[in-house]
Amino acid sequence: MSKNNKGELPLYEVFIRSKNGLDHKHVGSLHAADAEMALMAARDVYTRRGEGVSIWVVKSTDIVASSPEDRGSFYDPADDKLYRHPTFFELPDEVGHL
Amino acid sequence: MTDKDMLFDYLLRLGDNSLILGQRLAEWCGHAPMLEEDLALTNIGLDLLGQARMFLSYAGEVEGNGRDEDRLAYFRDTKDWRNLLLLEQPNGDFAMTMARQFFFDSFQYLQFEALSNSTDERLAGIAAKSLKETTYHRRHSTDWIIRLGDGTDESHERMQRAIEALWGYLPEMFDMDAVDEAMVVDGIGADVAALRPEWDEYVNGVLTEATLTRPEDSWSVRGSREGKHSEHLGYILAEMQFLPRAYPDAKW
Repeated sequence: MSKNNKGELPLYEVFIRSKNGLDHKHVGSLHAADAEMALMAARDVYTRRGEGVSIWVVKSTDIVASSPEDRGSFYDPADDKLYRHPTFFELPDEVGHL
Repeated sequence: MTDKDMLFDYLLRLGDNSLILGQRLAEWCGHAPMLEEDLALTNIGLDLLGQARMFLSYAGEVEGNGRDEDRLAYFRDTKDWRNLLLLEQPNGDFAMTMARQFFFDSFQYLQFEALSNSTDERLAGIAAKSLKETTYHRRHSTDWIIRLGDGTDESHERMQRAIEALWGYLPEMFDMDAVDEAMVVDGIGADVAALRPEWDEYVNGVLTEATLTRPEDSWSVRGSREGKHSEHLGYILAEMQFLPRAYPDAKW
């Protein structure tokens, strides 16, 4: 079994699709030696109560995440650009709810 | 034995197999090597408990003496139990538990497949439902046999030791006594002796992939069909039956 240097099995993130047509949603994580073990463990840990019809497992280290320090440069510039929201169009009544 | 007695006995065998193995797996609750496996083992144990309930309820109805699933599970002594000797063997280390599980899962998969074509519709229904669960159990235990057999030196050695320790309990799975024969003739039961070649093929394939050596057929023990058990069953029953025997009709 491959182990990382802390003596623990690698961490996997688990995504479950609850119904056909819906998106996979992140539900949690677990430790497993490889993808097959992760898939079975995900089945046992996260779908025992009929939660899913499809499972994705992804090695946590394969996920690239933005860092909190980038918050200012990444997200703040969008705060004052209301024109990017399509809220200035008059909708004809006939359209109803989009 | 009348036809009814034989069907009752046959259903007890099926139910007791599931119940005793399920009880054994429950012993791992909180003790498995990792949290994920703890949940897997108890899930499988609960699947087996569910199967046992269906078989024993049906057995009770066939017997017609007013014994329900609980009565059959909690108020029978060792000589009246019909589970395979293999399944009452102690959990040992994780390799031992997985080897026991793998040998039985790969047998039960074939038996449920056969029973899902039973002329007894209720039995066929239970088998078809259980087959889905057993398909997963077999996948899970097969994975561990290969992982540990083809793992480290220590895991390989422990897995080899486990399959050798259990090997002599396996021939009993394929025994056919008068009850089995009668059930096959009626199209109700499975011809377990005929399952052996397919079981051998599957098990040999997995052992090879796991770099494990198939043990020689040297010793074997049997007796469960006549209620002759190893000493271990008594301890299992003592733990499992204590509460309802000490406090009959206790409610949650």
